[in-house]
Amino acid sequence: MQMKNKWMNVLRVGWFLALRQIKGSSRATTVLIVFIMMLTFLNLVVVSGILIGLIEGGNRANKEQYTGDVIITTLSGEEDIAHSHEIENTIRNMSDISDLSVRYLAPVQIEANYRTRRDFDVLPDTAGTQIVGISLADEDSLSGLSKFVVEGQFLDESESGYILIGANLLYRYSAGFGDFFASLEGVYPGDEVKVTVGENTKTFIVKGIMDTKVDQVSLRAFVTKADFWRLVDRTGLNANEFAMKIAPNSKITADEVKSNLVKAGFADDGKIQTDTEAIPDFLNQIRIAFGLLGNVIGMVGIVVASITIFIVIFINAVTRRKYIGIMKGIGISERAIEISYIFQSIFYASVGGLIGVFVVYAMLVPFFYAHPLDFPFSDGILVAPIADTMLKFFLLLFVTIIAGYIPARQIVKKNTLDSILGR
Amino acid sequence: MINIKNLYKTYGNKDIETHVLQGIDLKVPEGEFLGIMGKSGAGKSTLMYQIGLLDHPTSGEIILNGVNTEKLSTEERTKLRLTELGYVFQDYALIPELTASENVIIPLLMQGKTIEEARDIVQETLSQVGLSHRAFNKPSQLSGGEQQRVSIARAIAHNPKILFADEPTANLDTVSGKSIIELFRDLNKKGQTIVMVTHEEEYAKYCDRIVSLEDGKIVRENIQKQK
Repeated sequence: MQMKNKWMNVLRVGWFLALRQIKGSSRATTVLIVFIMMLTFLNLVVVSGILIGLIEGGNRANKEQYTGDVIITTLSGEEDIAHSHEIENTIRNMSDISDLSVRYLAPVQIEANYRTRRDFDVLPDTAGTQIVGISLADEDSLSGLSKFVVEGQFLDESESGYILIGANLLYRYSAGFGDFFASLEGVYPGDEVKVTVGENTKTFIVKGIMDTKVDQVSLRAFVTKADFWRLVDRTGLNANEFAMKIAPNSKITADEVKSNLVKAGFADDGKIQTDTEAIPDFLNQIRIAFGLLGNVIGMVGIVVASITIFIVIFINAVTRRKYIGIMKGIGISERAIEISYIFQSIFYASVGGLIGVFVVYAMLVPFFYAHPLDFPFSDGILVAPIADTMLKFFLLLFVTIIAGYIPARQIVKKNTLDSILGR
Repeated sequence: MINIKNLYKTYGNKDIETHVLQGIDLKVPEGEFLGIMGKSGAGKSTLMYQIGLLDHPTSGEIILNGVNTEKLSTEERTKLRLTELGYVFQDYALIPELTASENVIIPLLMQGKTIEEARDIVQETLSQVGLSHRAFNKPSQLSGGEQQRVSIARAIAHNPKILFADEPTANLDTVSGKSIIELFRDLNKKGQTIVMVTHEEEYAKYCDRIVSLEDGKIVRENIQKQK
């Protein structure tokens, strides 16, 4: 009890002294220190958040534009997903699923500019890709495909013989990637292209060009389901992809939906994955590497901040050495004086950190969400999970407490009389 | 109350040693107003710092209220200074960013008094030194005499058994200096034990007894007839 009271007194006097010192200190200096703390916190959160956000932005787009919450794809070595009709019926009867797009895929060769090709020694202008047959309303509801038409128009179910081409199949869009993609030159809406599946070739008129950073959209060509089956001669009418979205108000998780589909026995027919499982492993590796890189950069900021606090407290304590001696002389415990400096460090770090939290969540996260960073492979957002941000906040606090305590201890432990007399 | 036995204080190293106090023996009974006088460098302030537990003697014993202070830990010495001793310094030694009342309240809070108790004591003590109207002024807003009164208020607020004063009038004009000494005399009349270092003869007359130091030794003791 006596020990508890002693510590209460120490804390009380430490707080009393800290509060008066902060009030009595120069406002400009206080603002500057708080500003440095805020920048350090932002450095800690934003740098790694942006780096991770480059990958996360890509993952988010992949989910929104391609996989939905759960996707069933064709098993390796299989031509299509067996029992597609039964799977489709089951999914459509699941009350928690709001959107479903059934996709039919086939590898195709698209040839352009064949009417103007005069020299047969020159290779034809072709690009290999996958053609996707879709129900327009279902796909648009799931992925918002029509939003990504940058030239021409979206398809119309009432029309036939039209095709949408992904921008990365066209040279004028993919030139920035070098020779990474085999691309077509000078293809515009209204142009005619030949689409070949095996021995079967048909001509289509380009209805529109779609541009997104999701390869499964921008590196594919889309036609209506009816046109797909006119082009592709495949036994059975099985699909190749089922992408589904959970209803916004539903409490079911993607894992639970997957589990239900597995329980229904569809894991033998297709590869069932949640959106996170569908992310390629190398992207997760990049995410981890970027996170580490961001943390290393953040740590440099932490070191700078701790040195700043060390210098501030050291100068403060050195210039007040006489008064520290007097306080010790009149019986104020060393611990109380040290704690007053710790409280000052906590004040600087917590005010700077809290302003940083405000800036991150009230300004930067919404800003980057509305205006993502334009990277070739993704729209970079700022990823700042609250738990991670809080951890970094307390890390900054802890480091500044140590950085404040060390110089305070150095000065406080000096001989009382020497401090009073300035020796 | 205070019993000093064969006290030595030496500064420096083996090559250059300065023997500031050389075998001081002194007893101060409870309620006495003791004056320590001497020329500059005689060792009077050093003696007060040793008795006031602000420094450690090289050898000898300082017994305060029966406690041999050299056997106390740093923490115990700090606690003794907080509860049983009070200090008035020549340059007032007030904390500049604190108001008069805040300067006085700190030791009381450290002792564990509640904020209400401490405020009452501060009000009463500042009133005792005639400064209740200056409670919320910072030291820079006070005259030298007023600052020294705040310093005295801080020193006596917790009813110390012994009050130490190191040349408390040295930085003050005659009028302020006299009023401070009269304040000490009033405190002493109420039973406060005071040990005061001074080099001013006119203020020494207020003391019960004067010990004069020369080269670190007590060379004279005068018991005053009239306070």
